[in-house]
Amino acid sequence: MRTAERTALVRDSALVWLASGVVGVSFGAIAVTGGLPVWVPVVMSLVVYAGSAQFSAVGVLLAGGGPFTAAVTGLLLNTRTAAYGLAVADILGRGRVSRLLGAHLVTDETVAFALAQPDPARRRAAFWISGLGLFAVWNTGVLLGALAGGALGDTGTYGLDAAFPAVLVALVLPTLRADAAVRRSALLGAALALAVTPAVPAGVPVLVALAGLVLHGGRRPA
Amino acid sequence: MSPTVAMILTLAVGTYAFRLVGPVLHGRIAIPPRVQELLSAGAIVLLVALLATGSLTEGDGFAGWARPAGVLVGAVLAWRRAPFVVVVLGAAAATAVLRAAGVG
Repeated sequence: MRTAERTALVRDSALVWLASGVVGVSFGAIAVTGGLPVWVPVVMSLVVYAGSAQFSAVGVLLAGGGPFTAAVTGLLLNTRTAAYGLAVADILGRGRVSRLLGAHLVTDETVAFALAQPDPARRRAAFWISGLGLFAVWNTGVLLGALAGGALGDTGTYGLDAAFPAVLVALVLPTLRADAAVRRSALLGAALALAVTPAVPAGVPVLVALAGLVLHGGRRPA
Repeated sequence: MSPTVAMILTLAVGTYAFRLVGPVLHGRIAIPPRVQELLSAGAIVLLVALLATGSLTEGDGFAGWARPAGVLVGAVLAWRRAPFVVVVLGAAAATAVLRAAGVG
């Protein structure tokens, strides 16, 4: 791979890191201002390392839902990482260290970023650049947020809650544009997920979306 | 062990187990091309569902107009093949401006 290609991957990753870092800061701050000790968000981010599950688990804890419900909610949200792991298994290859370490780095952003690349070498580079950078930035952000507490204010003011969906849009759009079968499946899946959201626990809607694959059809995508 | 520690450990071990399924199975069982194709499609379907629910909902209700409007601005920019940075910052900026203007 040329240096220019790697530089481009780092440049594109950096924005995801920046957005995630700020979300990490807000996660640390929310947990601590809610009354949890500093080590809870910090350790959780290192060993769980899944933003949406961490927010939900801490949200359940702070709302008085109890640790059991918090763990179940987080696990339900993270079942999707099993599908991601299967999708990127090829990228991680056969090496033991690469598989054991790579598995922990599987997140929405990194999987989307890796799958968006046009060839295997770039997919592999994208996975590790995005994955390692995101892990470093996310955990640093959470630590800073936990130490700073509530001094930050409401991150919603800066529109950051729109950044994460926008990152996903930018990453999946090339595939959706090129592949009609995936596009049909994804549209049906998203509609199903939205339809069931008011009625089911967090984490279930995106799993329901997989039913959209019935439209994927039996032939190779165009 | 405190209940909070138990919660964090359960979540960590369970999540890691989910993540490890694919990499561990890889190379041990032969995944037919059709299944591999469905797995890749499935990952995209999950991501699109996540961006749809993440744009439009908060908890089990509507997230308000500012966020989906910002994401829509990002989607239009991405469709016009704007650079990644422009897409993401455009979405956040649009949402921030709408909020500053009093849109929820």
